[in-house]
Amino acid sequence: MRFNRLLGPFVAVLLLAACETAPEETAVTTGEGAAAESAEMAAVEAAALPGTQDDLTAQYGDRVFFDFDKYSLKPPARETIMGWAAWLGEFPAVTATIQGHADERGTREYNLALGERRSTSTKNYLVALGIDPNRIGTISYGKERPAVEGSNEAAWAQNRRGVLVVSE
Amino acid sequence: MRPFSQRPREPAWIAALVIVLCTAGALAARAELTIDITRGRVEPLPIAITDFYGETPEAAAYGRDITQVISANLERSGLFKPTDPRAFIQTAASLQVRPRFSDWRVINAQALVNGRAQLMPDGRLKVEFRLWDTFAEQQMIGLAYFTAPHNWRQVAHIISDALYKRITGEDGYFNTRVVYIAESGSPKNRIKQLAIMDQDGANHRFLTDGDTLVLTPRFSPTAQEITYLSYYQDQPRVYLFNIDTGQQEVVGDFPGMTFAPRFSPDGNTVIMSLARNGNSDIYTMDLRTRRVKQLTSHPAIDTSPGYSPDGRQIAFNSDRGGSPQLYIMDADGRNVRRISFGEGRYATPVWSPRGDLVAFTKIHKGRFYIGVMRPDGRGERLLTDGFLVEGPTWAPNGRVLMFFRQTPGDAEGKGGTSQLYSIDLTGYNEREIITPIGASDPAWSPLIP
Repeated sequence: MRFNRLLGPFVAVLLLAACETAPEETAVTTGEGAAAESAEMAAVEAAALPGTQDDLTAQYGDRVFFDFDKYSLKPPARETIMGWAAWLGEFPAVTATIQGHADERGTREYNLALGERRSTSTKNYLVALGIDPNRIGTISYGKERPAVEGSNEAAWAQNRRGVLVVSE
Repeated sequence: MRPFSQRPREPAWIAALVIVLCTAGALAARAELTIDITRGRVEPLPIAITDFYGETPEAAAYGRDITQVISANLERSGLFKPTDPRAFIQTAASLQVRPRFSDWRVINAQALVNGRAQLMPDGRLKVEFRLWDTFAEQQMIGLAYFTAPHNWRQVAHIISDALYKRITGEDGYFNTRVVYIAESGSPKNRIKQLAIMDQDGANHRFLTDGDTLVLTPRFSPTAQEITYLSYYQDQPRVYLFNIDTGQQEVVGDFPGMTFAPRFSPDGNTVIMSLARNGNSDIYTMDLRTRRVKQLTSHPAIDTSPGYSPDGRQIAFNSDRGGSPQLYIMDADGRNVRRISFGEGRYATPVWSPRGDLVAFTKIHKGRFYIGVMRPDGRGERLLTDGFLVEGPTWAPNGRVLMFFRQTPGDAEGKGGTSQLYSIDLTGYNEREIITPIGASDPAWSPLIP
């Protein structure tokens, strides 16, 4: 993953160069700033190499969210995981780990168990969608690794999550 | 696993020859100099603790240091009010002959402690002390200890325990240690280290370097050993840590995450949760035979198990009733019954060393509480509360608890830090335990033998 991030800017430069050498140069003169910006944005998206974490995150997002003390998958989470399943189908060599996380409003040990439930329910749905269970590991971090700092409902909602991490 | 520290520790015990110092009246019935610590709020007992006398400057320095540790221990217990030494009339040297009780009564010291520190020709330190009832004009206790000089702090704790016991009738808890998780860094990627210290914060030592996430340490009741959760190589598993050698060893070979470990009262078994296919059940592993037993088999979360002091029952946390609640079962896993029926969610049941109470963390309407209830679920009493208080652990005498308190954090990553606190079973005398950096997951050791 770290390697891909380093590679990102180089790919972007190549794409920008390709734009500049395009046969129709008419667009270059009109609203140069805006054009450059959109080219850059396109470049950032295109920068993710297929089959990498960045590629997955760009296409489907890398996480799903849960209600308080729940591990059932809500419709948006199912939709995300269906995307993951399609993506994993496209890259059959990729293996991954699903992290299960909890917000800070439970005790440490209970939240470790809850995180385990969340990672497993996420994995189970992937398996139900046809992904080989041996490709997907699970790990619970309980409340140890919040994604968002802050002690409020908005932060907690972001922290009750399952995250798909592509193995390097 | 690689040992973090190879430095072996000196044997902790004092090679002590305890001499009972008798004087006339020492065996007289206890006069009014007692504290009933079962009552709610007690007026602290005024006690004059004089610097232990030393004939040489070196011995006098030991005497002064020992006195300071004793005085701080007794003060922190909330049961004693050490008299300001500047009010003392009689000098430490003349005290060696006999207390002039009127000199102590006039400054309202109901109890008087004096003593002597002596460096023996064989290099050992001899420390003796006497406790006097200044109104009854009687010696209540007098003892002497011999030890290696570097153990002076432990002698001070042992004397503190003797004073506490003589006056309250209960065993003390000063000659103990606390293992906990030291915390630093961003809340999003907190660095956590195993750390250990004396109950008064002295002799602080980090046991792991923070490279690996570690959580929930607990003392062995019998050995210099800790069981805890480590994320070594991203495999969360229960480990043992040998305090003397620094050696770390994984407990068992389990196919999934093991967590929430605790020793059995005989120290031979670790009880813990094992997560398989997302479901956490309670297991034990005998550390001698490596034999594993599954105690619960339920689709609900079963975790935070802990034995009763007689080893015959197990309290644990389960959401089998729809929300996290406290349950008790027999040590073989049979006869499961729920004991918490109050409003809210209950977790982390921890049996009192006296067996009469179970401490817990409770969450109700967005607040956290530390409380106790009887093992039959009755007599619930909440001791303290806050935005987040969690993880009670008992002092070995069952009269004081330690827990951690976390402040709310904001989006800039400020706050969200946690610290250790102690509180009396009565709910009074809450005190912060000072640690070098943030602190959570405390576990109190048994009395050091």
